[in-house]
Amino acid sequence: MDALDVARWQFGVTTVYHFLFVPLTIGLSVLVAILQTMWHRTGNERYLKLTKFYGKLFLINFAMGVVTGIVQEFQFGMNWSDYSRFVGDIFGAPLAIEALVAFFLESTFIGLWIFGWDRLPKRAHLASIWAAAIGTNLSAYFILAANSFMQNPVGYRINPDSGRAELTDFPAVLTNKVALITFPHTLAGSFLVAGSLVAAVGLWHVIRNRDSTDTGAYRFAAKFGSWVVLVASAAVLFTGDIQGKIMTEVQPMKMAAAEGLYTTESPASFSVLTVGSLDGSREVFALKIPYLLSYLGTGDPNGTVHGINDLQAQYATQYGAGSYTPIIPVTYWSFRFMIAFGMAAAAIALLVLWSQRKGRTPSSKWLLRAGLVMPVLPLLANSFGWIFTEMGRQPWIVFGEMLTRNGVSRSVSLAEVLTSFTAFTLIYATLAVIEVKLLLRYARAGVPDVSETPPSDDTDDAERPLAFAY
Amino acid sequence: MDLTTIWFLLIAVLFTGYFILEGFDFGVGMLLPVLGRDDRERRVLINTIGPVWDGNEVWLITAGGAMFAAFPEWYATLFSGFYLPLLLILLALIGRGVAFEYRHKRPEASWKRRWDAAIVVGSLLPAFLWGVAFANILRGVPLDAEHEYVGGLFDLLHPYALLGGATTLALFVTHGAVFIALKTTGDIRERAGALAVRLGVGAAVLAVGFLTWTLSIRSSAAAVVLAVGAALALLGGLAAARVRREGWAFTGTAVAIGLAVATLFAALFPNVLPSTLDAAGTLTATNAASTPYTLKIMTWVAVIFTPVVLAYQGWTYWVFRKRIGVANIPQH
Repeated sequence: MDALDVARWQFGVTTVYHFLFVPLTIGLSVLVAILQTMWHRTGNERYLKLTKFYGKLFLINFAMGVVTGIVQEFQFGMNWSDYSRFVGDIFGAPLAIEALVAFFLESTFIGLWIFGWDRLPKRAHLASIWAAAIGTNLSAYFILAANSFMQNPVGYRINPDSGRAELTDFPAVLTNKVALITFPHTLAGSFLVAGSLVAAVGLWHVIRNRDSTDTGAYRFAAKFGSWVVLVASAAVLFTGDIQGKIMTEVQPMKMAAAEGLYTTESPASFSVLTVGSLDGSREVFALKIPYLLSYLGTGDPNGTVHGINDLQAQYATQYGAGSYTPIIPVTYWSFRFMIAFGMAAAAIALLVLWSQRKGRTPSSKWLLRAGLVMPVLPLLANSFGWIFTEMGRQPWIVFGEMLTRNGVSRSVSLAEVLTSFTAFTLIYATLAVIEVKLLLRYARAGVPDVSETPPSDDTDDAERPLAFAY
Repeated sequence: MDLTTIWFLLIAVLFTGYFILEGFDFGVGMLLPVLGRDDRERRVLINTIGPVWDGNEVWLITAGGAMFAAFPEWYATLFSGFYLPLLLILLALIGRGVAFEYRHKRPEASWKRRWDAAIVVGSLLPAFLWGVAFANILRGVPLDAEHEYVGGLFDLLHPYALLGGATTLALFVTHGAVFIALKTTGDIRERAGALAVRLGVGAAVLAVGFLTWTLSIRSSAAAVVLAVGAALALLGGLAAARVRREGWAFTGTAVAIGLAVATLFAALFPNVLPSTLDAAGTLTATNAASTPYTLKIMTWVAVIFTPVVLAYQGWTYWVFRKRIGVANIPQH
C-alpha cells in the first residue's frame, strides 16, 4: 500500500458518497418545484402539503450534498496536485464557472426558499425554488464537462516547453460530445432516484396509513413519483444507448472492459452473464445475445467491436510498454449492476402504478417491501455507473495524456493521506447513519398540517414567530 | 493591467468577501454557548445567519475554483502543502454545515448539545486555521525548485502564523458579536453589544501586532496604507459599538477585516507563494498563472456574472434585514 492507493481509495469513497446526495438534490429540487407550482396554479392544499413534506426531505439531503461537495473541490489540489498542475488551465475553468454561475444561485436561493415562506411574495418564493433547481442542474453540467475532459480530452494542446495541457478551444470543452450525452444521462439517473423516493414514501403511507385524511395526497405522490421513474428510466436507456456508441468510439477499451470482450469480434454478442477465467482464455459459462453488442457499440448489428487484447497491444505500441487495461471484474460487474438496479426501480414503479389502477388501494406486504428498497436501487445504479465510468478509464486520469499514478501529490505522505482517508470515512459513515435515520423519521411523520391561517401581509408584527426557523 | 494582475486582484476580492461574510458566521458560531443561554436564545443566534451562511460559504468555493482555474500551480502547491490544516478546515465545515440543518430536527437536548458542539468547533477551527494559512502564504514556506512543498506540519506552526490565527479568530468573534447586536432584539442584543466592545479591544491589539509584523516581513506602500486603514476602521467600529451604533459598528468591523485581508494580498504581490528556500521555487502571479486564453475567458465570465451574484446575494440580505428575537422563535 502506498500513498497513491490510499489517495485513489479516498477519491473513490468520497466521490461515491458525495454522489449519494447529489442525484436526490438534482431530481428532488425540480420535483419539489413542480409540486409547489401545482399548488400555486390550483390552490389545492394537497400540493402545498406535499411541497413542504418532500421539501423537508430534500433539505435533510441537501445539507449533505453541500458539505461533501467542498471536499471534492479541495481534493484535486490536496491529493492530486500534479494532475491539477497538468490540467489546471482547462479543468479549473468549468469548476470556477460552476461555483460562480451555478452554486451561488443554488445556495443563495435555497436560503431564500427555506426562510422565505412568510417573507417573500408567493411568486417570488416559488421563483426561488426554481432558481435553486436550475442552479443545481447547471452545476451538474459544468462538473460533467470537467469530468468529460478526463474521459475524452478536447480543445487543448500540450505545451512542449512545460509539458502541460493548455486550453485552445473552450467551446469545444463545453460541447465535448461525452459531456453532451453524459449530462442528460446523469440527470435521468438523478430523476430515477428522486422519483423513487417520492413514490416509495407515498406508497408506504398509502399502505400503512390507510385511514389518514391525507391518503389522497399520498396516492398522488406514489403515482407522480412512479411516472417520474418510468419517464426517467426511458431517458436513461435512450441516453445510455447513445453514450455506449460514443464510448466505443472514444474509449473503446472501456466498452471492451464493460463486456469482458477479450478478442475483437464482428459481429459481437452482448454478454448477459459470463463466468470465465480473467485472461479471457476460457469460458466456464456464458449467456450471450448475438449481434447486440455490435448494435449497442456501433449502431450496426454486424459492426466490429475491438477486444481488450487487441487494444492493449495497440496502446502498448502507441504509449509505450505497460498495462492499459482496467480491472475487468470491476468494470464488467459495475456495468451490469448499474443496468440491473436501474431497471429494477422501473419495474417496481410499474407495480406501484398497477397496484393503484382504477382507484384501487394496494395492501400487499410484498409491494410494501419492494417499495422500501425502491429508492435504494437507483442510488446503487448511480454509484455503479460512476464506478464503471471512472474505473473503466484507468490506468488513465486523463485518457491518453496522463496516467493516474502520475497525477498524485508528491509532497503528501502516506501517513497524511491515511489520516484524511480515515477521518473522511469515519465522519461520512457517522453522518450517513444520522441522515438515513432523520430521513426515515421525517418520511414516517407524513405531510404537515398547513391549515393554520397565514398571517396577513399588512400586519408588521415584530413578535410573530418565523414561518421557518433552524 | 495584465490578466494575471486582474486575476490576482479577483482572488484577493473573493477571499476578502469570504472572510467578511463567513467571518461573522464563524463569530456567531463561536459565540453560541456564550450569548445563547438557553435553547431559544441559541436558536435566535443561529437564525441570524440561517438564510445566508450557505451562500456565504460559496465565496470560498468560488475562490478555490478561481485559484485552480487562474493559478493552477498556486492551487496545487498550496492545497497539497497545507494538507493537514486544510483537512481540519474541511472536517470543521462539514460538521458545522450539517449541524445548522440537523440541530433542530430532533427535540432531545442531548442531540442539540452535540450539534451545538459541532457548530462551535466547526466555527472556531477554521477561524483560527485560515489565519495560520494566510500568515504562511505571506511569510513563505519551504518550496523546492519545482514548487513542491518540502516542509512538514510544524513548519506551518511558527509564532507569526499562530499570531495570524489568533488575529483572525479574534476579528471574526468580534465581527460576529457586532453582527448579532445588529440582527437581534432585546436582551441578546444588549449582551452582544457589550461583549463586542470587550472582544474588540483584544482583536485590535492582536490585529495591530499582526499587521505590523506582516509589514516587517514584506511590504509595499499600498500595504501600509491598507493596514493603517484596517486599524482605523476597527477602532471606528469599536467606538460605534460602544455607543451602540450597530450599523456603523458592523460597517467598521467588515471594512477592517476586508482591509486586513487586502493588506496581506498587497504585501504579497507579485508573489503568490514565496519560497523560504530557493528563490527559484517562489510562485508568482506570472509563473503560477494559466494561459492568457483561459484567463480571458474567465475574465468575461467574471465580468458578466459577478454583478448578478452580488445583486441577488444583496437582495437576500435585504429580504432578511429584520431583527429577530426570542419572540420570533416558534415553540416547536
